[in-house]
Amino acid sequence: MKNLLSPRSTLGIVLIAAALIALPFVVGMAGQAWVRILNFAILYIFLALGLNIVVGFAGLLDLGYIAFYAVGAYTWALLASPHFGLHWPIWAILPVGALLACFFGVLLGSPTLKLRGDYLAIVTLGFGEIVRIFMNNLNAPINITNGPQGITLIDPVKFGDFSFATRSEFFGVTLTGPYKYYYLLVALAILIVIVNLRLQDSRIGRAWQAIREDEIAAKAVGINTRNVKLLAFAMGASFGGIAGGIFAAMQGFVSPESFSLIESIMVLAMVVLGGMGHIPGVILGAILLTFLPEMARYAVTPAQVALFGKVLIDPESLRMLLFGLALVLVMRFKPSGLWPSPERSRELAEKTAGVAK
Amino acid sequence: MSEVLLEARSVAKHFGGVKALQDVSLSIRQGEVYGLIGPNGAGKTTFFNCMTGLYVPDGGGFTFAGAPLQADAPQRAAERGIARTFQNIRLFGNMTALENVMVGRHVRTKASVFGAIFRDPKTRAEEAAIRQRALDLLHYVDIADRADDLAKNLSYGDQRRLEIARALATEPKLLCLDEPAAGMNATETEELRVLIEGIRKDGTTVLLIEHDVKLVMGLCDRVAVLEYGALLIEDVPAIVQKDQRVIEAYLGA
Amino acid sequence: MDISLHQLLQQFPQQVVNGLVQGSIYALVALGYTMVYGIMGLINFAHGEVVMIGTLVAITVTGLLAAAGMPVGIAGLCGLVISILSCMAIGWSLERVAYRPLRGSPRLTPLITAIGMSIVLQNLAMILWGRNYMTFPPLLPKVNFEFAGAYFTLVQVVIVLLSALMMSGLVLLVYRTKLGMAMRATAQNPEVASLMGVNINRVISAAFVIGSALAAVAGVMVGSYYEVAHYQMGFVLGLKAFTAAVLGGIGNLVGAMVGGILLGLIEALGAGYIGYFTGDFLGSHYQDIFAFAVLIVVLMFKPSGLFGEKTGDRA
Repeated sequence: MKNLLSPRSTLGIVLIAAALIALPFVVGMAGQAWVRILNFAILYIFLALGLNIVVGFAGLLDLGYIAFYAVGAYTWALLASPHFGLHWPIWAILPVGALLACFFGVLLGSPTLKLRGDYLAIVTLGFGEIVRIFMNNLNAPINITNGPQGITLIDPVKFGDFSFATRSEFFGVTLTGPYKYYYLLVALAILIVIVNLRLQDSRIGRAWQAIREDEIAAKAVGINTRNVKLLAFAMGASFGGIAGGIFAAMQGFVSPESFSLIESIMVLAMVVLGGMGHIPGVILGAILLTFLPEMARYAVTPAQVALFGKVLIDPESLRMLLFGLALVLVMRFKPSGLWPSPERSRELAEKTAGVAK
Repeated sequence: MSEVLLEARSVAKHFGGVKALQDVSLSIRQGEVYGLIGPNGAGKTTFFNCMTGLYVPDGGGFTFAGAPLQADAPQRAAERGIARTFQNIRLFGNMTALENVMVGRHVRTKASVFGAIFRDPKTRAEEAAIRQRALDLLHYVDIADRADDLAKNLSYGDQRRLEIARALATEPKLLCLDEPAAGMNATETEELRVLIEGIRKDGTTVLLIEHDVKLVMGLCDRVAVLEYGALLIEDVPAIVQKDQRVIEAYLGA
Repeated sequence: MDISLHQLLQQFPQQVVNGLVQGSIYALVALGYTMVYGIMGLINFAHGEVVMIGTLVAITVTGLLAAAGMPVGIAGLCGLVISILSCMAIGWSLERVAYRPLRGSPRLTPLITAIGMSIVLQNLAMILWGRNYMTFPPLLPKVNFEFAGAYFTLVQVVIVLLSALMMSGLVLLVYRTKLGMAMRATAQNPEVASLMGVNINRVISAAFVIGSALAAVAGVMVGSYYEVAHYQMGFVLGLKAFTAAVLGGIGNLVGAMVGGILLGLIEALGAGYIGYFTGDFLGSHYQDIFAFAVLIVVLMFKPSGLFGEKTGDRA
């Protein structure tokens, strides 16, 4: 295509690129810990966008999504750590992780996708728990997952001799591990966003949306709803698998604890709170729900000291309490999420107008 | 007369003890507009649903375009070339009119997930063709000016037209319309009649389920009348109109 | 481990008893899920937390009264009553404050609210009662019975009998009273019910209040059975109970009861025998997967659960 970008959009892209390049340095002023949190926010964007394909595009409620993340993480951990003495390269592990997650997605999806919405929700939830319990217990009689202790000393992301875990220098700027991972993650994120946008605006994306809108009508125009739903499941699962692999490499450590039900719920909350089916909204949801609880962690103790002169309430509980309240309040006042797709908000505006009549 | 497109042989369907359809045999010929009428609850929509794979008939079966029609999955019916509209309009409400018709192209196109992601030239060409065909169809049913409006925001008459355009997008050999004139005023009904005439002229066979007897008699080449799930008569309108049983069924003797 | 099949068979009656007791508790909690779901189609994720609060309130009240010199039995009874009342109040406010404003909003909105409320209640309980495990005072004398090779305690007998009583009471309420009829009508079709003069808001409130009362009783049962309580105990219990409700066919009262008991039995027997049947490859710590594995298998063959109505597609 020859559609050259207009000067205005070129400028916009340049500005966004500059902001993305500068971001870790700005965040890093508050400490390197915040760069790590930033990296996790991007990882959650991967997850939320993957789940958005299932929940937002195709309208299937999945409460066990984190299982696919776990599959990807353990794939990396087992294929690139001293646990089995394997050290596969990234270009081999990531596809294997994605494929394996995809396989599990199809395995779970093919018998269950005919179920009604809420039944599907509980079945996927159960599946997520089963995966976690297996990871917790597959250390005996044959030690596969090393049980609750998890797997340590996992290889970082490496391209040849270039490792993302160590410090290195570019043009006189020294970058530590988290900064280098940040740029890798941003590059991946851009790729994933493009893939998502393209999927949404395609024959398959329209079929997903049609199923979400009216399954019977979708069947009547010849959409094989079962296969198309399965495709959404498989796509979402592969995204989760890739995110899981990067997670394992970045952390250097995985254990079943990271893949509990609350994580699935968290990712779902990101999707719904941000604006289901709307890619910018989902990204916003992932960023907010990663950063706000972390910021609350730093804010609740000083706030209590300022108010009561001492720490009255357990900070961790207070932080989670505020998080729960935030979920409830957003849903109360923005039922379609903070940044819903334009059609969605139009629909709601009409509804309110209808009530006012 | 031309060859038979769809043949129903002794189709039966019951719900619990209620016999919704019993021993219904009829045949629709290539290129005609075929009317299916009958009082409320006579089994018209049930017949429709059996034919389009939404229900599995309890007895009998269908032959379509020379091969048996496996009536177990609606998407198979659409693949074979049977498209339908719904009595109570089922559009994809939060998609635009254009997108609704584009979804109708799904069954005749191929782009996979990989095509969607990599946007190779073949996929792009297909996508452009889908869009063009959808726009043409919106012109055809005369609602091209509403292409970018959400389907649920269209007027009732336009929604009916959009549903027909979406069905036509699947390139049907047989287009089944389930009470398309329901809730329409005289002008809208007349416009609908012109539209159906046009569809027939362009070579698509039409099966019309209708309450509006005047519309059916004026439009259809042949008409079948159902009563209490059984076929009363199948013939040209002039004869059906004069049939004593039909008159009784409608006047409720 | 070298256990013969004979020994395992000897344990069978005991596993059945344990399963029945656990299952009765699941059933009581499952009823709360199923009533709310049947009437308004909402998975009330916070229901498990209501059970937890029921247990903790009972502990506190019983402890305070016993410390003031009241006999433990009577203190326990007071604890139960106050626990029921507090849970009813929580259930009612939950619906009134969190769910009612969301009627008619997108399907996932109330689900996220329910998850949010679950987090709120759990952390509120943590702030009020602390992080530590609490011991539940023994409310009933420790008497043991033996029957057909199984041993059981008075607590276990009371749990099974009391839940049977509560469930019969609920069935009578739903099928024999005006309120019950209104509930069934609303479950069928809220719009028509409200046109017929049913006060939908009252019916929904009633479902929450009744469900929460049952949850409080279940909470006290769990507490006196295991003799410990903890602010995190509600979540997994709620999850299992919800699984039981789906297993039986969500929205169906009998289904919830049967599903609950079935789940209790499956877990007890499964945990007891999995080691033997897999050559010790899988041990009893896989207990938690039975609930879900059975659920997935059942739904594959009966997509609406054991007692669920078929919801056919309509054109």
